Amino acid sequence: MKFTLSWLHQHLQTQSSAAELCEKLNQIGLEVESVEQLGAELRPFLTARIENVRPHPDADRLQICEVNAGPTHQHVQVVCGAANARAGICVVFAPIGAIIPNSGMKIKKGKIRGQTSEGMLCSLEELGQAEESAGIAELPSDTLPGESYADYLGIDDVLIDISITPNRGDALGVRGIARDLSAAGMGKLKPWLSGTEEGHFPSPIHWKLEWKEACPWVLGRAVRGVTNKASPEWMQKRLTAIGLRPINLLVDLTNYFCFDLGRPFHVFDLDKLTGKHLTIRRSQGESFTGFNDKNYELGNETCVIADEKQVQSVAGIMGSQESGVTHETKNVFIECALFDPVQIATSSRALSLSTDASVRFERGVDPALPPAALQALTEMVVTYGGGEASEVVSAGHPLHWQREARLHFSALKEVGGSAVDPQTAVHELEALGFEVARHTQHYVDVHVPSWRNDIAQKPVLALKDVPPGHEEKELVQRVKRVTAQRDLLEEVLRLGGLDSIPSTLLPPLDGKAAQPLSEQQKSLMSLRRLLASRGCVEIIGFSFVSQELGKYFGELPPHLKLLNPIASDQAQMRPSALINLLLAAQYNADRGRGDGALFEIGPRFTEDGQDRVASGLRFGHTPRYPGQPSRVYSWLDAKADVIESLALNGIRAEALKLTRDVPPWYHPGRSGALSLRKGGVLAYFGELHPKISQVVGSDLQPAIFEIFLDNLPLVKKKKKVSLSSLQPVSRDFSFLFPLDGEIGPLLHSIKQADRNLIANVQLFDIYEGQHVPQGYRSVSIAVVLQPQKNNLTDKDIEDVSEKILAKAQTCQAILRQ
Amino acid sequence: MDENYGALKKEFFSQLALVKDLKSWNELRLEFLGKSGKLTKCLRGLGQVPASERKERGKELNQLRNSFNEEIEACRKQLQESALLKRLDEEKVDITTPTPPSQRGVLHPIHQAMEEISRIFSVMDFEVKSGPDIETDWHNFSALNTPPWHPARTEQDTFYLPPKVEDQRSPVLRTQTSGVQIRTLLEQKPPFRMIAPGRVYRADHDATHSPMFHQCEGLAIGENITLAHLKGCLRSFLQLFFKTDSLPLRFRSSYFPFTEPSLEVDIGWSSKTGKIGKGEDWLEVLGAGMVHPNVLANCGVDFEKWQGFAFGMGIERLVMLRDGITDLRAFYNNDLRWLYAYGSDPATDVAI
Repeated sequence: MKFTLSWLHQHLQTQSSAAELCEKLNQIGLEVESVEQLGAELRPFLTARIENVRPHPDADRLQICEVNAGPTHQHVQVVCGAANARAGICVVFAPIGAIIPNSGMKIKKGKIRGQTSEGMLCSLEELGQAEESAGIAELPSDTLPGESYADYLGIDDVLIDISITPNRGDALGVRGIARDLSAAGMGKLKPWLSGTEEGHFPSPIHWKLEWKEACPWVLGRAVRGVTNKASPEWMQKRLTAIGLRPINLLVDLTNYFCFDLGRPFHVFDLDKLTGKHLTIRRSQGESFTGFNDKNYELGNETCVIADEKQVQSVAGIMGSQESGVTHETKNVFIECALFDPVQIATSSRALSLSTDASVRFERGVDPALPPAALQALTEMVVTYGGGEASEVVSAGHPLHWQREARLHFSALKEVGGSAVDPQTAVHELEALGFEVARHTQHYVDVHVPSWRNDIAQKPVLALKDVPPGHEEKELVQRVKRVTAQRDLLEEVLRLGGLDSIPSTLLPPLDGKAAQPLSEQQKSLMSLRRLLASRGCVEIIGFSFVSQELGKYFGELPPHLKLLNPIASDQAQMRPSALINLLLAAQYNADRGRGDGALFEIGPRFTEDGQDRVASGLRFGHTPRYPGQPSRVYSWLDAKADVIESLALNGIRAEALKLTRDVPPWYHPGRSGALSLRKGGVLAYFGELHPKISQVVGSDLQPAIFEIFLDNLPLVKKKKKVSLSSLQPVSRDFSFLFPLDGEIGPLLHSIKQADRNLIANVQLFDIYEGQHVPQGYRSVSIAVVLQPQKNNLTDKDIEDVSEKILAKAQTCQAILRQ
Repeated sequence: MDENYGALKKEFFSQLALVKDLKSWNELRLEFLGKSGKLTKCLRGLGQVPASERKERGKELNQLRNSFNEEIEACRKQLQESALLKRLDEEKVDITTPTPPSQRGVLHPIHQAMEEISRIFSVMDFEVKSGPDIETDWHNFSALNTPPWHPARTEQDTFYLPPKVEDQRSPVLRTQTSGVQIRTLLEQKPPFRMIAPGRVYRADHDATHSPMFHQCEGLAIGENITLAHLKGCLRSFLQLFFKTDSLPLRFRSSYFPFTEPSLEVDIGWSSKTGKIGKGEDWLEVLGAGMVHPNVLANCGVDFEKWQGFAFGMGIERLVMLRDGITDLRAFYNNDLRWLYAYGSDPATDVAI
């Protein structure tokens, strides 16, 4: 909502500066978006007269002008190339230092072809006041030299733009803003003196109201013999300042009322209407060409105003091209209606068409204003455009907008936190237009002014559980009482300023155990730190991905595909964050960062809903370093990430069941699934299926993992351990083991050889090649024996070694000789 | 005989001077002091010496032996010393060799901030809650006093998903995490305090809008919770988050469908230097207010007994202001260089 300071002054008598007013607007909930000194860029320019002109000695097209630009620039020499530059005319002079608005060029003292030039004579185009112009601007011959061009134009105003919250329809008019400022102590609201215009003949058009829910009340009247020329200059100036292009008197007047009082009108060209009635009804699938020259399909739920031939206006939103007023218009019919806010909002959204009128109707206009507003508008039409007005015709009934609300003074402290003097509170409400009905020591009852649609309305509830009939009615009544009081309380607090409310520390929450972070949340925080310490960089990927990539990570049901995506790579919910990780890896690889490790903890979406997954991806090579040759990240790195992450959650590797039952985005030979004996899959690890890299057009063969956090069991309490004081013994074994044998089961089996004695079994070497028979590899392990009661004898060690060899043999592992 | 000892002594010292290593040292020791060493032989020969001279000779020999022993021991120490020095010298390395490349990752600034925010509010007894990203229309809008036609809905460009069952209202990608507040109001008996940090979505993508970003919403319900508590709570939070005790704050009246009175909070900063906490200018950082009685009623909470405050903030915005990040899109480009520059080391603790 834009307005100028001078416009505000028409409604508000105040001594306050623009800065003070803006500060107050911010405080009371009318947030200032911008403040602009109008004409600031024209201020340095001066009115001037060309006293003398002589030709430039060295250039045919240039002239040397002697310019008088007032006392500060009495005799200035300017070299000018304009054909219309001649002695005696009044012009606009740009002194040294001025910046030309349309080019940003700064005027410097200089010589043009050897002749000094101490400024410039400007065209309207250069001043940003015309699209194009021939020659320099010529001002009337009686113009006094030396006046700032901004003052000459009378542009000495401040443009203020404020954002109006959806509840404050009343502040979509300058008068509403003035009223708020006045109530907040920034001056006195001037009375609104509306003119009236008597009716001289019966209206040639009557209303037929067929849809009362959408339009409870409508007024109208005709004006005959109007001259629809330009609107008065002061009005044009105001409209221009707030960014509205002046068009003709009638259009400008409706715009003016829209912004001055927040009251939208529509004016039909009477001679372009067919028949004697305008019907307000539901649309019937018509096609409609608006005043903006665009076509709209109206459907069946839009409220329209139609003559006998066709729809002439989408009610409260936009009139038709056909019946709009033009410079030639002579006879008009003025519509002043109340439209249902919900209806307007719904239609406006359905048509994707928002106008100054619809924005106001959506938020609710003053339901008491139509008669006076119509009178005032007609009076102005006749004043500036001439003609003769008809009697007023109407349909429907005025809304019963009158309602009361009660404010208990104690509530100001109970909700606001600090007491407010009851007198002050009542005074502020009165300044806003509330009228006191009852005033006791404890409370005040007020009549709500017609323009405050946001206060003490019947609540629109969306109850989760709807109680039976009369109970619901009673509930709604109770809610209404509480919210109405809250409405009043907010008015008092905002006018007093929220900054004046003290800040109080929250007392401890009593009766509840202080466990704000759950074990699960804390373990998530630890997991992030673990993965980052292991070299993974945390990323955040969007929750949606392209369908093209998404389908490789599990087909999603239709209800996880967006109805209104804004980009094809954001078309469906992601079935796996690996998609984001892969794209992030590729993004970096494409920019020369081809090695790295990434992870993300976030949601994935499946048929069964949403769950939390820690996903990781390592791509490229490990760093090179003396003695540590670089190698490609592989499934084993991903497995290590998973095993360490699960260990953090108290899950031992030995407790895990490992299978090759992995989803299709994993390399089938180089990946695995981990689960506990009971419960769902905890994690997958491995390498990305090569075909997916192909789809992305990537050379990367990353190692990947997914840990399903919602499947992790809660961390168990630490077990008690007894620490043996006896010396442990370590023995190494080397086995011949078939190339296709699985080492995991072998180690597991060996550990079972003597569960009391064997504390640890550690793989330390795998060797293939010389000295090992074909089809075999040498697998070396270290077994740590930890006696609990007595020191081990040679015989004990021999016995357990026998058992180990026997177990190994069951796994096809033969001791190397 | 005197001459003999003199010669022996001379021989010993001349040979001692030639000792270079432990081997020659040991040979010298054995030659003079070993079982059949030259001095040992002399000592053994004392028996043959006439008794009159024996005492004198014995004394002389013993002195000689002590002197030899001392010299031998001193020589050994010196040898060991120089051997150690030699070894130390040989073991010298090039300490300018760089260490193996660091393989530490970093934490994303958004998640780090969410953790910080969680910790700060947890000190004030707020529980950290989460909820689904795909919400029903009721949880995201209607329950929050935002009926379908409400103008506030048009201000939030919403992503919709097809309903699972026909004729149902389309579920939405939550435009705010307030749905979690609604769930808490339905499930938990007051008094309680909770925050809900998480992902939110708006159908808008340009330099200053991301289709997905993060918010943290909070709710405190009690019998005597007032606007003054709201102000105190937010003041504490902002001071801790921006790590300054002297953060100028401005509370402006505003409007949200789900709170009344509603307000917005600005922090002081300088648009010239970009410094938070100093300067002439104000920056909006969050919205808040007293929970609207309609919201409590919608969730079946006794709105005549319970009241409280709610707030919501954009996490990207807070992080950008605090850490001087200028491009919103950088949060989601996942450029490794950017992540290392603005991310946190996993070993550092969060703010509080």
